[in-house]
Formats: sequence, C-alpha cells, structure tokens
Amino acid sequence: MQQKVFEHRLSNGMVVLGEPMPWLESVAFSLLLPAGTQNEPSDRLGLAGLTLEMCQRGAGEYSSRDIVERLDFLGVDRSSNVSTFHTTMSMAAMSRVLEPTLEVAAAIVLEPHFPEDELEEARQSGLLELASIDDDPAQKCFKELKRLRFGEVFGRSSLGSESGLTDSTLDDCKEFHKTYFNPDRAIISLAGNFDWDRFLVIAERLFGNWKGPKYAEPAKVLSIPGNSHLKHDSQQTHIALAYDAVPYNHPEYYQGRGLVGILSDGMSSRLFAEVREKRGLVYSVSASAHSLHNCGSVLCYAGTTAPRAQETLDVTVQTIRSLETGIDPAELKRLKARVRTSLVMEQESSSSRSSQMAHDWAYLGRVPSRQELLQTIEALTCESLLNHYKNHPPERWSLVTIGPDPLEFSDAVS
Amino acid sequence: MQFRNEKLANGLEVIAEVNPEAFSLSIGYFVKTGARDETPEMAGVSHFLEHMMFKGTARRTAEDVNQELDDLGSQSNAYTSEEQTVYYMSVLPEFQHAALDLLSDMMRPALRDEDFQTERQVILEEIAMYDDQPPYGAMERAAEAYFRDHPLARRVLGTRETVSELDPEAMRAYHQARYAPDNLTLVASGAVDFERLLASAESMTKHWRPSQAQRQLLSPIFCNEQVSLVHPPATQQYTLQYSPGPSYCDDARYIARILGTILGDDSGSRLFWELVDTGMAETAASFTQEFQDCGLFCTFLACAPEQHDDNWAIIQEILGQGKEKPITALELELAKNKICSGMILGSERPSNRLFSIGNAWTIRRTYETIQQASEHYRQVSLEAVQCAFEALAERTSVTVSVGPEPE
Repeated sequence: MQQKVFEHRLSNGMVVLGEPMPWLESVAFSLLLPAGTQNEPSDRLGLAGLTLEMCQRGAGEYSSRDIVERLDFLGVDRSSNVSTFHTTMSMAAMSRVLEPTLEVAAAIVLEPHFPEDELEEARQSGLLELASIDDDPAQKCFKELKRLRFGEVFGRSSLGSESGLTDSTLDDCKEFHKTYFNPDRAIISLAGNFDWDRFLVIAERLFGNWKGPKYAEPAKVLSIPGNSHLKHDSQQTHIALAYDAVPYNHPEYYQGRGLVGILSDGMSSRLFAEVREKRGLVYSVSASAHSLHNCGSVLCYAGTTAPRAQETLDVTVQTIRSLETGIDPAELKRLKARVRTSLVMEQESSSSRSSQMAHDWAYLGRVPSRQELLQTIEALTCESLLNHYKNHPPERWSLVTIGPDPLEFSDAVS
Repeated sequence: MQFRNEKLANGLEVIAEVNPEAFSLSIGYFVKTGARDETPEMAGVSHFLEHMMFKGTARRTAEDVNQELDDLGSQSNAYTSEEQTVYYMSVLPEFQHAALDLLSDMMRPALRDEDFQTERQVILEEIAMYDDQPPYGAMERAAEAYFRDHPLARRVLGTRETVSELDPEAMRAYHQARYAPDNLTLVASGAVDFERLLASAESMTKHWRPSQAQRQLLSPIFCNEQVSLVHPPATQQYTLQYSPGPSYCDDARYIARILGTILGDDSGSRLFWELVDTGMAETAASFTQEFQDCGLFCTFLACAPEQHDDNWAIIQEILGQGKEKPITALELELAKNKICSGMILGSERPSNRLFSIGNAWTIRRTYETIQQASEHYRQVSLEAVQCAFEALAERTSVTVSVGPEPE
C-alpha cells in the first residue's frame, strides 16, 4: 500500500492536501469551509444552506446557468452540503479538466454575486426540501434525534426551520458568507491523477489572496440523554437510538469503532444476526460511529412494523449490551479482514479518498496513512475491545421513535 | 483490459473483463430470472428466493454463509429486478477462489422450512417499509396499469398476500427451473485470474444440470390511463407517468437516454430550470427504463399538493414543445459530456464494471469497453434527438398520482 500524502499551508492559513493516485484517470477534491449550522443566528435556521445555495446562483464570471453549463461541459460530478461545523463542496472529473473545474469552485466560494432576483427561488427550494422530510420518517427520526441529543446549537438540521428560511434576507446570506467562508480552517484536499507542484501553483493563484477573520473555536459539545416519540400514521415504527462513545480524535477511537464493527459491520455482525437473521424482526438494522467535534456517539437505527417495535427495541439494546460478555476471536478476525479490504479498495476511488483526507484533517489536524491505520487495527485484541467497553459502557442514551405508538425505554435511560 | 468468455459443458457461461492493474476483483452470478418470470400467484418468489440464498447450503449453515462473506472481507450483496437476480462479491485478489467457492455453493441453497418462515417476516417488513415511503406504491401501480397482462406488470417484492401464501415447495421448484447453469452467467471484473476462475467454476458446478429455462417475450399493448390515489399520511404529491420507450436491445435507447437527460436530468435540464431551480417542485425528472423486449420513457414530479396541477401542466407543455423549442446543439453536447464522463468516473471501481458487462452480456450478448460505449452516445445526431422529442407530443401514457386527501 504505497502512499504519499502532500500537505501545504497557504499564507492565509488554508490547508492544501494532495494524494496522487496515478493509476486513475480521474481527480477529485473536497473543499471544506468552517461554516456550519452551528454558526447560524438562532432566528435564521437554514441560513447556512441558503447561503451555499445562493453562492451557486452566480459567481465570478459565471451566471447561475453558466455554472451548471460549465460543469456539465467539463463532465464534473459534484455535490455540496452543510453539516454542523462545515460547508463542503466536492467535485470529481477527468484529470485533464482539473484546473477549469477548480476555477468554478473557487468562484463559487470566493466571488458569489448573491443575485437579488434568485433569493425567493432559493428560499422556495429550501422550504420544499424541508417540507419533504415529513414524508421520510426514517430521516425525520434522525433529525429529531440530533435535535434532542445535541441541543439547540449543535443539534440543528441543515434543512433549517420554516421561520428561519422565511426570515433570512440577502444581507444575512452576505454576512454569513463574509464571516464564515474563511481561509482559516478551510481545507482543500485533492486525490487522484494530478501533479502536486502544478496543483500548488493553481491553489495559490485561486485561493492565495483570500482573506478573512480568524476562526473562533466552538464550545464543547455535550450529549443530552432523553427520549421522544413522534406520532405518525405508518405501518412501520422507526427507531433511532444513540449512546456515548469516544470521538474520532480520541486515542482509543478505533477500539470504539471496532465495537461498532462487531455490532454492525457485515452480515455476520451481532445486530444483523440477532435482530434480522434469527428473529426476522426487521429489514434494516444498523449502528454507526458518529463524531461531533469532541463528542462521540454510536447511532443505531431499526425499522419494523408497529406490533413488533417494542421487541425490536429490546433486542437491539440487549445486543448492544451483549458486548460486555466479550468478543469472540473469530469476530475480531472478520473485523480486521473487512478493514484490510476497505483500505485497499479506497485506492480505487479518488472521491472517497479526497473526502476522507479532508475529514481527517478537520478532526485530527493530520492525515493518517493507510499503513498506520492498518497497524492500529491489527493491534486490536479481544481484551482491548472488552476493556474499552468496560471503560466506556453505553451511557447517556437518546431514543426517538416515529410511528403509531411510543415504546417503553425506562431501563436504558440513565 | 482484456475480455474473456467461455462456455462450460453444462451450459454455464463465464465472462470477465480482466484488468491486472486493479486492486480488487468482483465476481457475480447473474441469473436470468425476475418478477416477469413468475406466475401471478407466485409474485415475489424471485426476490424471496434471493433472500433465501443466503440461508445456507448442504455444506454451510446460514451463519456459515454470513461469517464467510465477512471472513473474506468482502463487500457483497444481491438484488432482484423484473428481469434478473444478481449475487455479487468484491474481494482482494487472493480470495478469488474462496469467494467463488462460497458464491457457487450459495447457488445451490438448502431452502430449509424454518428459515423460510423467519425470512418471510423480513420480506413482509421490506414490503411495509416501501409502502410507507414515497412515492407510496405509485411505481408498482403505474406498471400494473401500463403493462396490464404483460409479465412486466408484476411487483418485484410481490404483495403481502402472495408472499404470505408462498410455500417452500413451490420455491424449490422455481429454483430448480430457473437457477440452472444455462440460465446463469458467471461474471467477473478487475484483477481476475481467468484461467483459475474457469477451472474452479468447472469443478464447482459440474453437478449442475441445464433446464432450458425460457422467458416469455412480448410487446405490451400501450394505453392511456390516469389514476389518482390517496395516501392520507403523505404531505407531498407524487406523480409518475409511463410512456413507450426503446428496449435495452434497441439502439434508439442512446437517443432516448440523451433526450431524458436534456429534458429531465436532476441538474441543468429543461425541467430543472423551469421547476426545480425556481423552487416550484422538489423533483421534476424524466428518464428511461429499459427491459429486454420493451422500454419506458418516464416522467416524475414531487411537489406540494397545491402546486401540483400547475406544475404538471408545465411539464406536459415542456415535453410537448418538440416543434416550438427544438433541442439545441449545446444541450446535446452537454448531455453527451455528462453521460460519458459519468460512465468513465463510475468505471474506476471493478465492482461497477461488473454490472455493465454482466447486463450487456446476459441480455444482449455483447461486450463493450467504456470507450466503445461512449462512442454510441457521441454518434447520436441532433436530428435523431429532435425527432424523438417531437414524437413525445403524440405519446400514449399512463399517469399515476399519489398524495394526501384533497382539501
């Protein structure tokens, strides 16, 4: 697994990362900006998403239509989103069109026009997206779980609120852009077929003169235990469950991640085996590791028809708690095999590699190599995982259910 | 990159796109069976069987199968459509033999009664899950209205009733008839050792017997119909329209796919600029769906119920503007770039190539490189797209709309 990761910091503080993957024809980048929903004024929920949308409606030498046509002409696959701490823009294209693609991305970030006549349309798009979540109970369940667990600031949804979107003005968007679209803590990470020296010249040309205020560290994120039920006229009850875990930047993160793997990675994992395979309770059940700055959680999901929902919740919690009886060496062996495969296969995708690098830098301030990761995983033992479980048992549970009836969950809530 | 294909004595075809430079390899069994090959009373058996294939064999328990899939570090899954059932694994090259052994053994499942009863519950949960999700059965309802007596009218998951009444004996018979070597193709892509693959497949499947499975191919009778359904918990209105389009074997599909992109791609299309960019609709899209003997040109709208009628009228107007607003050379070029670039970007993972080459071979018996596939799009002329666009004005269609109670 040969690997070279380049790192550079522009004079304005922006971090530039690159990992050449010359065996690919493509190149992909992620542009991470320190502008998230936590930065929104409390009466402007949805402003971060609205600002990102407005940035794409005309920037630099391009009109709204030009941006789309230019990127389509170049054959660029792209996406953008807002999370609690970041606004992210990701693009992938053939390596020969890297420079013109970066030019469009830089214009969107640095030189948006904020056209007045597009604000209403952008707002309507946002309101529609917000309204559509009412028809997606599983997503709504996680939106509510986030709100309940992380509170008013850190539990915000990128979709915002109806009043926040309705009240946001063009000046709000401009102000949000001016304050938070900053080079300090901005990251651009590139992976695929490219020349690093040439890329640095382009990055310097496009982003070198970018100025902005210094990044303000966010407050500590704390999880808030509790539960809630949303009544919904559906056949299935959706169950979203969370408990504390160590975050991504914790020295023992991979011990915790390993436990989540034992629970949920693969078809032999405990949740899949117990809840679906043995009892046939669900079609979907899963757990994943989630980090919000310094606050780690394990998030679980199960969906099942209402009469079987209580049993599903009980068995899910029992299965999570079954980790305390120890880890079977065969389980650990399978976990390691899966990690090895995914690390090798990461080399087949410039997009997944570039977003992983940006994520690593944002959380760790460095990009661990595949070799390092492999060694960390190989060093996991059944004992170390069990110890980790004992030192960090599932606590501070949050539960949100959506469906016809609420469920009993008194035992787990501490 | 090298294409290889061989046919074993029992009729099993083995094909591969070999790329020695790849980091991984993918293998899959493509079974030419799906919802269209079922009888109405057995609707859902192909999909149910797909689940049961993971439940163990003569020499493996269900637990063994799941554990081995994970032991190999594989990324594996399966899916069932109207026309095929596919089982696939992506693994590191050193696990080629072990992966093939497992997957081949899985093709001869135990189909035990007790597993059947447990798994039926999982399928019923899957049906409930989709019933609760937008567009709340509009796709199934549209297919039933459009295809009527044609086998493509069948639901892939079946219905609660058919799945509840299926019995293991009928499933065993279906398996025996459809999972014969002459109805299966072993497909591989990436860092494949083809000689070893062939030798392993030969020894692992030598006891399989051909069945001469057939598929009924026929042209559907097109009709006009409009259906309105109420789903009380819904908050948005979802409308789906099916019209005739080219089949997966018809060269006109390149034209239809380009036209679908120009008119209704999720970004930069005519419907996008008119309805999505303006915040009038959450989704307004057009796209093709292709089967072996026929195809569909589909239009989809999701928006607030009160805006639905106006939006739908705008969509009908845009689709009918073949004469007034002809396709421009720029629109054609952008659509071609978008499609071709997407194909190349997607092809970097061997797992994605598996489906392209597997589908092309099992349905059309052709193999094409990415470059050859791109060339088909590059060669589509403005006149051809324009002609297809003008023809939309005269299309027959089935429209199904699902939403909340009208106020």
